Amino acid sequence: MTEFLQQLVNGVTLGLGYALIALGYTMVYGILRLINFAHGDVYMLGAFFGFYAARLTGAAVEPNPLKAAGILLISMVGCGLVGFLIERFAYKPVRKSSRLAALITAIGVSLLLENGGLLLFGADPKFFPQIVRATNIPLGMGVTISNQQIIILVVSVALMLALRFIVLNTRAGKAMRAVSYSHTAAALMGISVDRIITFTFVLGSMLAAAAGVLVALQNPKIEPYMGIMPGLKAFVAAVLGGIGNIPGAVLGGLVMGIAEVMVVGYLSPTWRDAIAFVLLILILLVRPSGLLGQPPAEKV
Amino acid sequence: MLTVDSLDVYYGAVHALKGVSLRAEAGEVVTLIGANGAGKTTLLRSISGLVPSRLGKVAFEGKDITRMPPHDIVGLGISQSPEGRMVFANLSVVDNLELGAYRRKDRAGIREDYDAVYRLFPRLLERRRQTAGTLSGGEQQMLAMGRALMSRPRLLLLDEPSLGLAPLLVREIFRTILEINRRGVTVLLVEQNAHMALSIAGRGYVLETGTVKLEDQASRLLQNEDVKKAYLGG
Ligand SMILES: Nc1ncnc2c1ncn2[C@@H]1O[C@H](COP(=O)(O)OP(=O)(O)OP(=O)(O)O)[C@@H](O)[C@H]1O
Ligand SMILES: [Mg+2]
Repeated sequence: MTEFLQQLVNGVTLGLGYALIALGYTMVYGILRLINFAHGDVYMLGAFFGFYAARLTGAAVEPNPLKAAGILLISMVGCGLVGFLIERFAYKPVRKSSRLAALITAIGVSLLLENGGLLLFGADPKFFPQIVRATNIPLGMGVTISNQQIIILVVSVALMLALRFIVLNTRAGKAMRAVSYSHTAAALMGISVDRIITFTFVLGSMLAAAAGVLVALQNPKIEPYMGIMPGLKAFVAAVLGGIGNIPGAVLGGLVMGIAEVMVVGYLSPTWRDAIAFVLLILILLVRPSGLLGQPPAEKV
Repeated sequence: MLTVDSLDVYYGAVHALKGVSLRAEAGEVVTLIGANGAGKTTLLRSISGLVPSRLGKVAFEGKDITRMPPHDIVGLGISQSPEGRMVFANLSVVDNLELGAYRRKDRAGIREDYDAVYRLFPRLLERRRQTAGTLSGGEQQMLAMGRALMSRPRLLLLDEPSLGLAPLLVREIFRTILEINRRGVTVLLVEQNAHMALSIAGRGYVLETGTVKLEDQASRLLQNEDVKKAYLGG
């Protein structure tokens, strides 16, 4: 029981990271019907931006919560900018072309970010500094949670609530929902579809950046290819929850994280990555629209 | 108020509009009739900036809007209730109306316009919390029109508002169009129901395979032998 609860705590923490990344996939898909395959690499950049911000602020030597928050913010702003640039210079020019062109562009951007990362950051892994000193807090029944896990939990949930507020209650969020329904109808409302698409990319990239920094608190080893696997898993999480569906991405991320930790704990660590694809195949067989996705309805 | 001057529109190789010219003066109801595929929707879409034109010019209140993006055209005072209604099926009636007022900041005015729309379409008030996708076809049409009014347009483009509606409701919709016009909104009405459209319009255009075949007072078009034969069922 203790072990199970401990795994659950670890699984939820891992899952929140996937969920943050999955949100970006699902929002961009919702608006453009495009899988932004470069999204995992934005997550990687988030970790690196955090790494350099930590150096810059000296947080590695003298950690304090204010610096940690600053690092998170710098990384989010940096990746927001990257998201803006990716959309503006890679996807926008091919927006009116075929889906295949967009897909190839996505793969190209992904390769560009990975190899650019290799060039800029080097191939050797770097170690994300301890911007918060690790301590373990007992939860009772032998289960412990680290303060880093608590930070991941609190920050992720706060970001998700902020996103929820933006989507449901702000003008831009309402415009996002309109654009995801129909670009034509949204444009006829006086919504600048281009601007909303940009906004969506920036928002998604900021969440991926947060995931990059938060995950690095726990797994400090960072390198330019680190985004590939989590990116794929988060994509599967988005499909699992129902791609295009925002709460679905969170649910999918949590399921993915918990499943992964359980599989590693009770089956075998060699299954760590395979479980994602098992889940993908299962959901595509059983409920292709995803856990919370609605089966395609006919538009009137 | 609106002048369309020799507009040419292509969809790839399809030449959908071939030098179409049309105008609407402030306060008019102008109707555009024509068979399926004549290019009526295409004309409304190009006025709204949704499809680019290759040649020709569209001007609104003296301003060239030919290459203006659709959202700015809405800002100038042209709104459209599009073919197929395009209501946001996943959002409530109120949210749909709110999006119609997307560009406006005058809260008091917006509130007035909610009331005005609900007065025109009391059914929408009853159903205001309902998801638009669950409305009946007629209610969706009302919503599409109400939503278009929420931007407080000076020119309203209506694409087949009577399509698929029961005869009683059709008459109600046309009455409402007149009512909207009486409140000072210029209306450009695309219709399959040529008889009804010509009976409420001041002037009319007949579009045939991308060109304007006839242009006249609506009352005269109603008497025109060719129009009678082709569009009024004898
Ligand atoms: N997206 C498109 N791609 C290619 N051709 C198109 C497209 N949209 C319309 N067309 C063609 O342009 C022509 C004009 O179409 P349009 O929809 O404007 O006609 P319409 O007069 O509105 O017809 P209806 O009464 O059936 O609504 C038609 O021949 C149609 O096939
Ligand atoms: Mg049409």
